[in-house]
Amino acid sequence: MIAATASSLENPCIPHYPSSSSRPPPARATACWPSSILAPLDVLPADWRFGFVALALALGAITVGLLASLFHLGHRERAWRALSQWRSSWLSREGVAAIATYLPAAAFGILWIFLGKVSVIAGALAALCAIVTICCTAMIYQSLKPIPRWHNGWVLPNYLLAALMSGALCLALVVQPFGPHPGISALAVAAVAMAAIAKVGYWRAIDGESATSTSGTATGLGHLGEVRLFEAPHTSQNYLLKEMGFAIARKHAIKLRRIALVAGYGLPFLLSIVPLLASGWPGSIAAFLAAPLGMSGIFVERWLFFAEAKHAVTLYYGRSAI
Amino acid sequence: MTSLPVQPSPRRLGLVIDLDICVGCHACAVNCKEWNSGGVSAPLTDLLPYDAEPDGVWFNRVHTYEVGEGAEGRTVHFPRSCLHCAEPACVTVCPTGASFKRAEDGIVLVDEDLCIGCKLCSWACPYGAREFDQDAGVMKKCTLCIDRIYNETFAPEDRQPACVATCPASARHFGDLGDPTSDVSRLVANRGGYDLMPEMGYAPTNKYLPPRPRQQSAGCTGAPEKLAPAAPAPGGLLGWLDRLLSR
Repeated sequence: MIAATASSLENPCIPHYPSSSSRPPPARATACWPSSILAPLDVLPADWRFGFVALALALGAITVGLLASLFHLGHRERAWRALSQWRSSWLSREGVAAIATYLPAAAFGILWIFLGKVSVIAGALAALCAIVTICCTAMIYQSLKPIPRWHNGWVLPNYLLAALMSGALCLALVVQPFGPHPGISALAVAAVAMAAIAKVGYWRAIDGESATSTSGTATGLGHLGEVRLFEAPHTSQNYLLKEMGFAIARKHAIKLRRIALVAGYGLPFLLSIVPLLASGWPGSIAAFLAAPLGMSGIFVERWLFFAEAKHAVTLYYGRSAI
Repeated sequence: MTSLPVQPSPRRLGLVIDLDICVGCHACAVNCKEWNSGGVSAPLTDLLPYDAEPDGVWFNRVHTYEVGEGAEGRTVHFPRSCLHCAEPACVTVCPTGASFKRAEDGIVLVDEDLCIGCKLCSWACPYGAREFDQDAGVMKKCTLCIDRIYNETFAPEDRQPACVATCPASARHFGDLGDPTSDVSRLVANRGGYDLMPEMGYAPTNKYLPPRPRQQSAGCTGAPEKLAPAAPAPGGLLGWLDRLLSR
């Protein structure tokens, strides 16, 4: 038996930005689920029922994520076209990789659940496709130069580790009815710790970075002095300001970071240690609490990821630096 | 195909905008809206146009900035539209092939029949050139009035973008910025035309001309510093009175 993987699949399209109070937070936070496509060394139970629940959860989450991504498109019926430009577009690559993941994952599931055989090759391929998908998702954001808070090397590891964390927490939950599995619990503890370190590193990096562009470089008038917006081109909001402008979450960023850190990373970390120390119901209860807490933490940090991003276009609308 | 042209033509059509001359009248933005409401990108949807919070698609927006402090302070009107970049990330991020850059003249366009309305291109543009048409469900942008500049039913002098044709101050110029001998290229060279946000690496085609240095004295107009009396001082009684009252 071979080790399994956690795959996470996100909504393959850019989400609505939570810029106005009427806008719901991005659907992708809920879709950011690792789909524990597993195939463990003796780490996981070989029971077909376990395989069924874990794979159903994983593929179900992937499917919800893909469907959610369709709902914000202006033309859903043309969504298939998004698979065509994989040569240049990370968004297109994400779509291709996400759909490709179904094939080895389905083969892996069918072999395991119906034939009782855990295929090393299918499991490894499913894992690989899932990891490639997460990388593509991260690169959609990391490749955007107009948003310096995304255009940095912290984004990719954060996406990978957040996916590993949410997957490991789910796995630790699903495995509970099948007896103690210290390997999975240890994986959850390590994944939460690594994800938290990466997130804190990201926050420190974006807080410490100096401005990439200013209203002076945006207008080219910086050599004449400080550039201040005197009169906006329009009196009400437009697409640019609604999509990329101001966010409520930014106002509460520090508070939200603390909430994410304590409730989303700290508590799941401590709770994930419990099954290692105490088997039986205390461990099970801890695992059942850790998974939803970890999810809510990822939801908050992902909301902040969008809310704290400062787009270069805001330099034309009164922001002095990004 | 959202990959950039492998062999782009040296022809790079674009605009040169003179910030020294622009008076901020918004005529370019209005004529752009007018033309494109009937052109290839039509309609440029307006939502709630007569409401308290109107919203609509515009390809050209005129900002006004205060620059500098005190006596050195000045007001600069700043029209903003698509710069038809040489390295347009808005094109390469497009997952469908709807966004493309023409090999023959460098114009960046959206094929509205292919666009799925995912909005990623608008996030990839640092200049805010793209605006989503909520009603049509597709992204729209400046076409450099491709339906005017190549329009053979127009007189040759009218084959220029609507914003350029309408500018009452002649602050906008249209031409081939890939040709160093063109009028626009010479204008850029003479006036120190520059790129917006060059640090982003998008290599915009459109150039902006900086405001000229402010004149601090009138001396350079050739006028004397003090005006001499137009007529010689009167003599006699009036002259005596003038001298007396001038004490």
